[in-house]
Amino acid sequence: MKRTIFSNQLLPWLLLAPQLIITFVFFLWPAAQAIRQSFLREDAFGTRTTFVGLENFVRLWNSPEYLNSLQVTAVFAISVTVLSMGLSLLLAIAVDRMIRSTRVYTTLLVWPYAVAPAVAGILWWFIFNPTIGIMPYLLGQIGYDWNHIQSKSDAMTLVVIASAWKQISYNFLFFLAGLQAIPASLREAAAIDGAGPVRRFFDITFPLLSPTTFFLLVVNIVYAMFDTFGVIDATTEGGPAQATNIMVYKVYFDGFVGQNLGSSAAQSVVLMALVLVLTVIQFRYVEKKVAY
Amino acid sequence: MIRYSTASVVALVASLGAAQAETNIDWWHAMGGELGAKLEEIAQGFNDSQDEYRVTPSYKGTYPETMTAAIAAFRANQQPAIVQVFEVGTGTMMAADGAIVPVHQLMADHGQDFDAAAFLPSVVGYYTDGDGNMLSMPFNSSTPILYYNKTVFEAAGLDPETPPTTWAELEQFSNQIKESGAASCGFTTQWISWIQTENLSAWHNQPIGTLENGFGGLDARLSMNGPVQVKHWENLKRWSDEGIFKYGGPVGADNAAPMFYSQECAMMMGSSASRAGVIANSSAYELGYGMLPYYDDVEGAPQNSIIGGASLWVLSGKSDEEYAAAAAFFDYLTQPEVQADWASFTGYLPITQAAYDAMESFHAENPGADTGIRQITLNEPTENSKGLRFGSYVQIRGVIDEEFEQLLSGSKDAQGALDAVVARGDDLLEQFQAQNQ
Repeated sequence: MKRTIFSNQLLPWLLLAPQLIITFVFFLWPAAQAIRQSFLREDAFGTRTTFVGLENFVRLWNSPEYLNSLQVTAVFAISVTVLSMGLSLLLAIAVDRMIRSTRVYTTLLVWPYAVAPAVAGILWWFIFNPTIGIMPYLLGQIGYDWNHIQSKSDAMTLVVIASAWKQISYNFLFFLAGLQAIPASLREAAAIDGAGPVRRFFDITFPLLSPTTFFLLVVNIVYAMFDTFGVIDATTEGGPAQATNIMVYKVYFDGFVGQNLGSSAAQSVVLMALVLVLTVIQFRYVEKKVAY
Repeated sequence: MIRYSTASVVALVASLGAAQAETNIDWWHAMGGELGAKLEEIAQGFNDSQDEYRVTPSYKGTYPETMTAAIAAFRANQQPAIVQVFEVGTGTMMAADGAIVPVHQLMADHGQDFDAAAFLPSVVGYYTDGDGNMLSMPFNSSTPILYYNKTVFEAAGLDPETPPTTWAELEQFSNQIKESGAASCGFTTQWISWIQTENLSAWHNQPIGTLENGFGGLDARLSMNGPVQVKHWENLKRWSDEGIFKYGGPVGADNAAPMFYSQECAMMMGSSASRAGVIANSSAYELGYGMLPYYDDVEGAPQNSIIGGASLWVLSGKSDEEYAAAAAFFDYLTQPEVQADWASFTGYLPITQAAYDAMESFHAENPGADTGIRQITLNEPTENSKGLRFGSYVQIRGVIDEEFEQLLSGSKDAQGALDAVVARGDDLLEQFQAQNQ
């Protein structure tokens, strides 16, 4: 490896400074604040502050709503990841086989990524609105009474579809690039050896695609847990009866709407820890199975 | 930091320059659209009426957003002098005694002529402490009333001029409407929490919580799982199953009004301040107004309904001149002409008796416009019907919605759902008490 030696000790720090300052101001400082706040009990205006130790965490642990939120988050994150990655892999394979119209399809499929989460949420809210939406009307024609305002499973289905749809473009691009990086000669050789398309996919393509899949797995889980706030806020607001109240939405609601800062901070600390653990697990165990 | 000091130097120079500089105060509010434009007109009216003070309104988003913004600003020492806070934030504001300046004190300190008795008790009662002192200035207050579709009533063979007065009649009318095919649903409602729980309780003189619905102190707890509330929730569940009632969603129920406008539901219980909007969307049929229905076997019903909406709070940490400006503005705001103009334009309730009297001709020309005010003044408010005051109440309203949804989905019965409201709400109240003591 080639090492660049700076004669000036200050210069490298200076060059790093913008990034370091941003990281400090927007990531480390707020995180430290959240950790500090999670041990405090405070009224909304901050006029009375008491140190309460771990009480905020104990309350969370004893709260059925919080345990429900953990469960909802798990179901939600897994469903979004599986659905969006599965669909985009299918789409990428389909586009990869095309000869002439690849570019057109790629452009069309990447479009949804440019839609802001809140706007996407409103779109889905309109499409699935039980009173004025087109989908409940069509589903009503085939005898299904869609109502995500009352039915927990309908609500979960809605937020999963809306969130997964948003992520398909991103996954699709990476899968397509991954597929195109696999030398055609490998698949051709397997074909000459008599392997069918299914066998070729599982023995050649999928293993060679595993670095991309692994990367997308991490990105998608993080997306589902953090970036779906806008979709939830615009469609179900965590309802009905907390059926779609994922952890990040609960942090927002308890802190900003409910003004319970201690509990909200404790929840974000738990969330931080959870992401840390998930990332470590992914890199230590899953990555070993990935062939680069 | 540099920018702040430059700005303050500029401000200082500017204020020295002008011999008689106006005192400028900020007013943060949550009124968008037409209401916001009307609000700016009021501020403009005040600014034009004198040259000592100037009020600058700024729109800060929804009610929760405005309140959150004001709290965050207070913590950063950048708070506005006046902020509009919705009624369920009252408990939080009131408990923050170091952060607010009570209105009665503000008016007394700045020599504004202020007579608490001039206000309508059922409006200001919500914002008054145990000793009868007014803590915030009511600004936009409304109360739920019944809207109904006269055209559908007629098609169903009902008298279009007679809205149901009791819940038994409402059920009977709804069944007749549904069976005749005039509409596919009898009624819907906005706000399960505000209308079908809190107002239902006040209307039947039932307590929502202990210690005079929380007016008595921070150790008050909820008690809205009484027999009347349980019976009503049970009925709503049954009516929902029978299809004569349709649930419009949590909080303010976004889907309720569209169901009424599209004539899917023949009746809707909603805020009196929605009147202008309902009229604008009801050109296809005749619109009627009524008071909320009641159970005639409950003694003392109907009592009086309670208000919702928002009031104006004065935050601490400002200068004397700024408070003088706020006091002068509040005095302007309570003038009968200003009140009557605001109330007749928006459908909100006037807050003083004089303003109510000034609206006589408006009420005569606009049938239904006085339904709300007649309803809140129907009887002298009791300790069960003057309002409610609990901390963390935004979250408690969320709990009410959630448990109602549990009831609708069949996973709990009415007693179980309301017991859960009380248990979960009390847990929040306990935390709130600990935070504020």
